Amino acid sequence: MSDERTNDVVGQAGQEPEATEMTGKGIGRRDVIKALASIPIFGVFFYSFFKKKAGDDFRRSEILAELGVSEGAPAYIPEAISRSPGEHVRVGIIGFGGEGESLVRNAGFAHPEWIAERQEEMKEDPRNDWYQSYIDQEDLNISITGVCDVFDVRAERGLAASKVDLRPGGGRVMPEATRFLRYTDMLESPDVDAVIIATPDHWHSQMTIDAAAAGKHVYCEKAMTRTEEETRAMYEAVKSSDIVFQLGHQNRQVESHMKAREIIEKDILGPICLIETTTNRNSPNGAWVYDIHEEGSPETIDWEQFEGPAPNKVPFSLERFFRWRCWFDYGTGLSGDLLSHEYDAVNQILDVGIPHSAVASGGVYFYKDGRDVPDIFQAVFEYPDRDLTFMYSATLANGKRRGKMFMGHDATMEVGSGLTVRAERESTRFEQKIDDDIIDPSLPLFTYRPGFKGIDAVTSATEEYFASRGLLYTYRGGKRVSAYHLHIKEWLDVIRNGGDPSCNIERGFEEAMTCHMATRAYQLGRKVEWDPVRRRIV
Amino acid sequence: MTQGGSAAAAARSPDYSNVQLTALVALRMLIGWHFFYEGLAKLLNPYWTSAGYLSESKWWFSELFVSLAASPGTLSVVDFLNSWGLVAIGLGLMLGCLTRAATIAGMVLLFLYYIAAPPFVGYVYAMPAEGAYLIVNKVLIELAAMFVLLVFPTSMIFGLDRLIFWKRIAGGRSREVLTAAEGVR
Repeated sequence: MSDERTNDVVGQAGQEPEATEMTGKGIGRRDVIKALASIPIFGVFFYSFFKKKAGDDFRRSEILAELGVSEGAPAYIPEAISRSPGEHVRVGIIGFGGEGESLVRNAGFAHPEWIAERQEEMKEDPRNDWYQSYIDQEDLNISITGVCDVFDVRAERGLAASKVDLRPGGGRVMPEATRFLRYTDMLESPDVDAVIIATPDHWHSQMTIDAAAAGKHVYCEKAMTRTEEETRAMYEAVKSSDIVFQLGHQNRQVESHMKAREIIEKDILGPICLIETTTNRNSPNGAWVYDIHEEGSPETIDWEQFEGPAPNKVPFSLERFFRWRCWFDYGTGLSGDLLSHEYDAVNQILDVGIPHSAVASGGVYFYKDGRDVPDIFQAVFEYPDRDLTFMYSATLANGKRRGKMFMGHDATMEVGSGLTVRAERESTRFEQKIDDDIIDPSLPLFTYRPGFKGIDAVTSATEEYFASRGLLYTYRGGKRVSAYHLHIKEWLDVIRNGGDPSCNIERGFEEAMTCHMATRAYQLGRKVEWDPVRRRIV
Repeated sequence: MTQGGSAAAAARSPDYSNVQLTALVALRMLIGWHFFYEGLAKLLNPYWTSAGYLSESKWWFSELFVSLAASPGTLSVVDFLNSWGLVAIGLGLMLGCLTRAATIAGMVLLFLYYIAAPPFVGYVYAMPAEGAYLIVNKVLIELAAMFVLLVFPTSMIFGLDRLIFWKRIAGGRSREVLTAAEGVR
């Protein structure tokens, strides 16, 4: 039977050409119908396609209209438009350790060994494109004319980087820098216009004060200072000088933080009463147990100069030199190293300023290696004027990722390299839209994904996954750029063209005082308060 | 269809029953629909990119796929070819238009998807999967289904290929040619 029916089909089709052969075309009506048999399916396809699209577009436009946030990159990006490099700036680097080397590299001078290593890595894994990121950097039109480090090996590395023959952005190869044994000699040199300070924290204040007196612009690593008194002295020195001061919080350049600021300004989250920030590290390196260089010795390290303004003078110690963050003599541990980042990000997004009060607790619970700074540390800051608590929770003994959360009555915003906003199920503002099924609280209200063109009202788990990655880089016009590079560039732009850097001495003062409040509360074991009139921690 | 017109080809006609024909055409439509929508959805999403899939690649060819994702230039070419390729293949299958070429292209594409991230023992992907797979995943099954479409063609019976290849096949004796065309491998 089946044969008969098939033949029937074939027969019918076959008869058409014969029937129409006289027309010379050989194609009959029935053939055309069969040829176009799938048209009804297209009808169904496009009907459902446009229905789905219209529904998605409607929800998306409803949500975006409700939020009032533009699609695309943040509306305000400092230095978004690259200015001409302008006059040449001669930069001296004080402290060529890990951070100093990274800053100099991001200013366009990588150590030749670093370049060779990254090229090798890229051959093995094309995803590892650090080298490409370096080479793609814009030339900042600077030269490194001075290097100062108390450890001979690092000073030599700095000199080698200053004359590196592979420059990004078509930059010229520069002559080798001069090594200065003491930073004060560098500040006296007429060949240095500006200095990058990347020493341990206990030196930041004195060096900046001296640089300001010598009229040299300063890019200083965070934390800004080691003590409250240093902070005040440094603030006065910078304020009474003409130098351009930038504190090294490169998060100021991160696109997602600017987008977060926009979202706060649109009041999408509703009243924010709690902000939760964290540090989660679980490796010796993350706990400042850095390698001790094999050539480190009293002969190669100027210990006396290293100690400088440190309160307690001790005999030469390789541990203290290479792992200085573990002692209050040189820094403030988690407070200055990592709370400072979290605080400055919150201050960048919310302009919170110095808190009214702080409590802190913690202890040395995991790394019992002789350190005196805590490896578990919690600090809680109160802003009663703003009905806000800012909480910082840190562990160096667990790496579970806990995001930076801005918790509002209407929505929660998680900020990382990307940004996700989720509506609160009990939100007042979104109540109607949740009832109307326009907003689904189990899905992000929207996700801002760096590197792409904008935010998306409806998102998927895959997209979220990408949003949560990457921290060292941010994006400009969809192009990946080092945040360090942008932060140094901003400083140089202000030196050349005037203006105000994003992390100026005012922001630095707030950062330092807030961190010192936490440190003081921990050390005293009691709540401390900020006296806004006398500008003192009490 | 290359053998169209020869008596030998006519003799090899598989003679589909109505049920068989319905099943084959339905399979063709479903796969075509899937490809077409996958392509359109990617074209309409300005944030879509294959970078994530490619950079997660494992197995022998991972180096090749990862290097495609690593370069913005090649990535945009890959994204373009993939989105428009899906659309073209989907249309080819649904319309029955140059279906043999579309089917082969679809199989090649699915094969690339499969070897880029095969669900082999010991491979864990960060990209979320919607199911649990051991060696066989839905990509592989769709690939096999397209192989069925390739060896049991229907586009000359229901599809534009009936018109496209009309002249070529109508040059001979119509009935035999068409019989051959409809049953051609």
